[in-house]
Amino acid sequence: MYNFEFEKPSTIADAVAALGAEDAQALGGGQTLIPTLKQRLASPSALVSLSGIAEMIGVCVEDDGSVAIGGATPHAVVAREAASSYPALAALAGQIGDPAVRNRGTIGGSVANNDPAACYPAGVLGSGATIVTNTREIAADDFFEGMFSTALEEGEIITQVRFPVPQAACYEKFLQPASRFALVGVYVARFADGVRVAVTGASEDGVFRWSEAEAALSKEFRADALMDLKINPMNMIGDLHGSKEYRAHLVSVMTKRAVSACL
Amino acid sequence: MPKDSGIGASSKRREDVRFLTGAGNYTDDINAHGQAHVYFLRSDIAHGRINSINTSAAEAMPGVVKVFTGKDFEGVGGMPCGWEVTDRHGAPMQEPPHPILAQGKVRHVGDPIAAVVADSLEQARDAAEAIEVDLDELPAVLDMKAAAQEGATLVHDDLKNNICYDWHLGEEDNDKINGIFANAAHVTTLDLVNNRLVANPMEPRVALAEYSRGTDEYTLYTTSQNPHVIRLLMCAFVLGLPEHKVRVVAPDVGGGFGTKIFHYAEEAFCTFAAKACNRPVKWTSSRSEAFMSDAQGRDHVSTIELALDADNNFIALRTNTYANLGAYLSTFSSSVPTWLHGTLMAGNYKTPVIQVNVKAMFTNTVPVDAYRGAGRPEATYQLERVIDKAARELGVDPIALRRQNFVTQFPYDTPVALTYDTGDYHGTMDKLEAAADIAGFAARRTESEAKGKLRGLGINCYIEACGIAPSNIVGMLGARAGLYDAATVRVNATGSISVMVGAHSHGQGHETAFPQVVADMIGIDESMVEIVHGDTSKIPFGMGTYGSRSLAVCGSAMVRATEKVIDKAKKIAAHLLEASEADIELKDGQFSVAGTDKSVAWGDVTLTAYVPHNFPLEVEPGLEETAFYDPANFTYPAGAYACEVEVDPETGKVSIEAFTAADDFGNIINPMIVDGQVHGGIGQGIGQALLENCAYDENGQLLSASFMDYAMPRADDVPFYGVDHSSQTPCTHNPLGVKGCGEAGAIGSPPAVVNAVLDALNSGGKAIDHIDMPVSPSRVWTAMNS
Ligand SMILES: Cc1cc2nc3c(=O)[nH]c(=O)nc-3n(C[C@H](O)[C@H](O)[C@H](O)COP(=O)(O)OP(=O)(O)OC[C@H]3O[C@@H](n4cnc5c(N)ncnc54)[C@H](O)[C@@H]3O)c2cc1C
Repeated sequence: MYNFEFEKPSTIADAVAALGAEDAQALGGGQTLIPTLKQRLASPSALVSLSGIAEMIGVCVEDDGSVAIGGATPHAVVAREAASSYPALAALAGQIGDPAVRNRGTIGGSVANNDPAACYPAGVLGSGATIVTNTREIAADDFFEGMFSTALEEGEIITQVRFPVPQAACYEKFLQPASRFALVGVYVARFADGVRVAVTGASEDGVFRWSEAEAALSKEFRADALMDLKINPMNMIGDLHGSKEYRAHLVSVMTKRAVSACL
Repeated sequence: MPKDSGIGASSKRREDVRFLTGAGNYTDDINAHGQAHVYFLRSDIAHGRINSINTSAAEAMPGVVKVFTGKDFEGVGGMPCGWEVTDRHGAPMQEPPHPILAQGKVRHVGDPIAAVVADSLEQARDAAEAIEVDLDELPAVLDMKAAAQEGATLVHDDLKNNICYDWHLGEEDNDKINGIFANAAHVTTLDLVNNRLVANPMEPRVALAEYSRGTDEYTLYTTSQNPHVIRLLMCAFVLGLPEHKVRVVAPDVGGGFGTKIFHYAEEAFCTFAAKACNRPVKWTSSRSEAFMSDAQGRDHVSTIELALDADNNFIALRTNTYANLGAYLSTFSSSVPTWLHGTLMAGNYKTPVIQVNVKAMFTNTVPVDAYRGAGRPEATYQLERVIDKAARELGVDPIALRRQNFVTQFPYDTPVALTYDTGDYHGTMDKLEAAADIAGFAARRTESEAKGKLRGLGINCYIEACGIAPSNIVGMLGARAGLYDAATVRVNATGSISVMVGAHSHGQGHETAFPQVVADMIGIDESMVEIVHGDTSKIPFGMGTYGSRSLAVCGSAMVRATEKVIDKAKKIAAHLLEASEADIELKDGQFSVAGTDKSVAWGDVTLTAYVPHNFPLEVEPGLEETAFYDPANFTYPAGAYACEVEVDPETGKVSIEAFTAADDFGNIINPMIVDGQVHGGIGQGIGQALLENCAYDENGQLLSASFMDYAMPRADDVPFYGVDHSSQTPCTHNPLGVKGCGEAGAIGSPPAVVNAVLDALNSGGKAIDHIDMPVSPSRVWTAMNS
């Protein structure tokens, strides 16, 4: 690790101010950032911890029924506190990493990082959630811009993620055997006005919506409705753990399983 | 009746109290006053010529004590290889130099180029970033078959090619073996890869060296399975130091699995630098460094052919293997694909004609050496996979085919240089069939099929040559060391006993099992016996712990030393009891005169030994004896394993539903520890079979360089194991009748798993002959869909 300053503000305003310094960086749970620093792959001038900001931690149900999760809320808290209000999302959070990772890692950190194999991006995009930052609100459809890339500006922090709650939803995760991130993860959410299907782990462009599956399922919400649909392997990730073709195949299998689990 | 103490009792592992409560003392827990830290600048390319290294900016950085490069080691020896293999023409293997820090070239990602010693590790690392290395990248030599071709890029410019040796064992007459194959009723051929593994002990390697100007003495604390071997190699071959001025300590060691047998450059470096800097120098490997500097395991590419007659008797076996040695010869690497592999190709079978051919290759990868099983898993995997394929081709039951060809007469001389002293392969297979409920498999398959899963049963037999080894034999085969072991039994005045043993314990449970033997022989409580190990200044000598040898070899030395102690104690007891020595019996810690009620307690005799007021004048005071033990033969543990898997045909995911092991380890000292050794070994074998894959890309970059991509088995990847150790044919040539159990699980399990997966897939109507390990979901799916 290179040397850096450390700050732990207690309000969003103070955090934003601290992040104004050149090369300052937000620290969520540190589950991605700290290993990066240890390998000397990043050299921020200051780390601004978000874990002391009470207004950014916790799960609550808004008047319109949506579930709002503070940007610095650890995965374990979501797994516990969203279990009744949004069980599919709570289940997703409960499948991230191991207990240590879930007790430290945060939703804001995960979504901001947009790892192509991370789970939350599928839940956020599949739910059509809204990412709330210190300056604006961003629809999930506009937020994820490809592997490790998002609509966030320099110094902008995710203060909350707001999820509309679908009638039924399920996240099916096929584990990458080593990291146990998603080799392929599919989040299916059925709303009154249609179905959303978000896929993580599979594509070289990061999390994406499988629109053909959404159209078919919006017509008929059954696994069989996906029978003739195939994902083009071309833009899929091919690596040590699975070829492009295998990942494309898994997208179909996991989507079908998620649909069946919703029924 | 299970015993509650002594030989045969499942005494609880006393060392676990400190291991499980955080009270262990590992090398990294040790810090020396004023110690400096070393950071190794390692190559980030697989192969390159070093044009220049400029360290001047680094030397000027804060906290830097000294910067070392290959030049600083020009007058010093390189890392030695402990086994000279002779090739098929009688010529010695090609043995390239292995410098402590790279000289002239870098030969694998991770090869150390320079070392910075500084006040803190972070300062050392900062300075390492300021070292300028001018390298010309060369093509990386990776594919073994291509590396063997004439004109291939050379890993070592001074060698004639990349072939360390082209070795042969068994049948010499090619016309004869070709004739057998040509006329055989059936020939089964299989190409397979034994995947490269990273051992990944939980504790990474650490070295801390101190030098005293006052006494000209060195102390090296290191994570080793064999501190005396490290001292011998480092003193005699690398640094040229007198052994009596060097103490090597291997304190608690957090797992070795073979990879901590070897003498590593970092150990020699710290010892050298401690004097050069006149400060203690410490190195603690990061996990990332471990992936590119710990010797790796396996990595064989083989073609095996089995010839059968019309009655399905095995009539000949031939195998051709390319074995990857990596960029340099690690300490025992040359012995692994040869004497630890070729000699095992007979397996449990009486195949009369066997020919083994091995080309050992240099490549631009991390050195490869012994890893749990070392050569024997590679042999077992080839043999048991080809037998399984033959059974499928012939449409015969795989258990029946194996049984039909079992060796049944002992001693048995194999065509590949070994003499099996004893065994009962049918008896062990009977145990397996009962314990694994083989008869009930069909019903379990039907249940799985009802859930949409394919179920498979995989059978495997194994034999291993353990307890290495008779020194005269291994000497003839090229070993540059003897493989005896030693123990000193020191009886204290009040009757408690310290046993200084050459075998190092790094998870095996010696501290519990060894006292059971000594306590049992004397008839005292186990808690009165303590094992001392891991320090060259405390133990007589020791070749260390590997090859499932500790109990069979060092335990035998301990028995011999204890016998000497008892003999002497009987002399003292006879004196005290005013009886003849021949009439003295020792039982339950009491010496008595046969046929009388006269007796004297162990403690009274030991006290007399140290307070010799009333003492036989012809006997020396004190009670301490040392014995060295050199085994007469290898030991031959053998077993039969059964694995049941379910395969999800949609995703290719394999789950292990049941795993049963029936092993014959001869006599057993502590059944619980033996079960644990087997559990751990099977866990590692399942890891190899399903998960672990050390893979390089076409430039020699390690693709699986961290736990993000290198899949270790986790608790939920393995089932609850069934183990049966009731088949026991005691070893005929060591005093305890023990055979060794440490590697069996890792040797016997990979073929059982792969055989099971193929059985499952074939039951689903897919004619699939083979899938290379790791049998990952993606590989299974690909095989099913191509
Ligand atoms: C062993 C292990 C297993 C894991 N398994 C999984 C898994 O199965 N599935 C999965 O999805 N993830 C997994 N993860 C990743 C984990 O979920 C991380 O918590 C997550 O990716 C990053 O969250 P964090 O809070 O730790 O962020 P940090 O590491 O602190 O930060 C990550 C990045 O986000 C930025 N950042 C942090 N918080 C905010 C914010 N509120 N607003 C804007 N930017 C912010 C940081 O500046 C940094 O660039 C695993 C991690 C580990 C170590």
